[in-house]
Amino acid sequence: MRRGRSGLAAILPFLWLAVFFAFPFILVAKLSLSHTVLAIPPYAPRLDLSQGLAGLQAFLAGLSGETYGRLTQDRLYLDAYLSSLRIAGLAASLLLLIGYPIAYGISRCPPRTRQALVMAVILPFWTSFLIRIYAWIAILKPAGVLNGALALVGLPPVEILNTEAAVLLGLVYAYLPFMVLPLYAVLDRQDESLIEAAQDLGATPLSAFWRVSFPLSLRGAAAGALLCFIPMAGEFVIPDLLGGSETLMLGRVIWTEFFSNRDWPAASAVAIVLLATLVVPILLFEREQGKVLR
Amino acid sequence: MRRGPSVFNLASVILGLAFLYAPIVILVAYSFNASRLVTVWGGFSTRWYAALFRDEQMLASVWVTLRVGVISATLATVLGILAAAALVRGGGFRGRTVLAGGVYATLVMPEVILGLSLLLLFVAAGLPRGFWTVTLSHATLTLAYTTVVIQARLATFDISLEEAAQDLGCPPWKAFALVTLPVIAPAVAAAWMLAFTLSLDDLVIASFTSGPGATTLPMRLYSQVRLGVDPKINAVSTLLIGLVATGVIAVYLVQQRKRT
Repeated sequence: MRRGRSGLAAILPFLWLAVFFAFPFILVAKLSLSHTVLAIPPYAPRLDLSQGLAGLQAFLAGLSGETYGRLTQDRLYLDAYLSSLRIAGLAASLLLLIGYPIAYGISRCPPRTRQALVMAVILPFWTSFLIRIYAWIAILKPAGVLNGALALVGLPPVEILNTEAAVLLGLVYAYLPFMVLPLYAVLDRQDESLIEAAQDLGATPLSAFWRVSFPLSLRGAAAGALLCFIPMAGEFVIPDLLGGSETLMLGRVIWTEFFSNRDWPAASAVAIVLLATLVVPILLFEREQGKVLR
Repeated sequence: MRRGPSVFNLASVILGLAFLYAPIVILVAYSFNASRLVTVWGGFSTRWYAALFRDEQMLASVWVTLRVGVISATLATVLGILAAAALVRGGGFRGRTVLAGGVYATLVMPEVILGLSLLLLFVAAGLPRGFWTVTLSHATLTLAYTTVVIQARLATFDISLEEAAQDLGCPPWKAFALVTLPVIAPAVAAAWMLAFTLSLDDLVIASFTSGPGATTLPMRLYSQVRLGVDPKINAVSTLLIGLVATGVIAVYLVQQRKRT
């Protein structure tokens, strides 16, 4: 297609994203600044454009920061915020540690095997996420598969379910393909002759890896870490099913405010705080992806 | 020459795959366990499958989920083809960065935020929550994935084929539909499958945007999982895994055949 014309194809997806993705954020922001007068929508103030500028002024005057004020007063929100970032950060680091050897191992295999292995890494992602997390409950619960296996070899049982360790395990498990694939993509594209050159110059295989392959793969590591960190920070299902009541994460707080407390303004305010925190990682991720596109 | 894998390389790949597959294997195995307890093997049995097919609520949810999945995946694939064409071909147009930004932001956006914001949109628009609101939401969620998959294929497509068709007097949209689309069809099929799977799988966005009468399977599974492990869930999970695995492997084989 000739340049310029294909911009036309963008109109429909563009409008779709504007209506269903961008515009709703304005609604969330507005609701987070509303009064919690009633437990049901619509929340005050309402924007009445039929009154023109006066309506807009009345609307702006009616906005209030009271919901955000409540967030700062209750320790629960700050704790949830910090532990979301801590758990997502920790899980991203674990994913790097576990995903790197796997991606590297795959990139060392013969081409045909490599293709099959990449497929094998992707395949679990196609099976239901909820079901895979549910499988871990059956494994980790006190009378579950893991403790059954431990008893067989004469080891004492462990209590992992409903702890932060189980949440980390679940996150690493669910997001592993998202870490392995970007890493594999950069490792696979690496020019093998660079390693050979390093070895010809007397580098041991280990130092050739450490000083050539590894630095060159950092871009994939960054992409993978961001791709995992951003959604993990707002993860709901994993902390809810595998974590105990003390494992607070923002995704869970938003869920509880919305479904249990029916406090929509509070849920919106927490969502805005989470979004604001993730803006920088999201922009970094887009910059990396933009480079891949070009 | 590429060096072969070392023992350490092989071990990490094998352990990694074992980690990824063990829970799935255990789940499938226990769906055939006659005993209700996970630790006790009570012999091979299909009683949980029989129980599943007597559970009408569960079957109703399966039906809702499949319909939502088919419609939303089709919507997302059509939008994804358009978006991918614009991203790959439209080097000049201004909205390109914005469109790409929107696509990648949707890809990583935590589901709770997406779910909440979509719900507020439907409330503001006065749309009753139910089947269609879930379908529209899922199309929005999966649009990013279909775009990325189709875009990756379109980027390696030889554009001169399409240009040849246009030089012979074919209008651009027709050249795209008749020349490009058949070539990228396996990627389009893969994108559709991916969107369908994600829709089948989504709990969070469906919970926010669904209403009475449109309880999807993940929503029902979630409420049952919270009550405890029920072997019927293993059975329905095994069926889902089988369905998706068959679809994925079929698409993969078709792609392999096209390549050779």
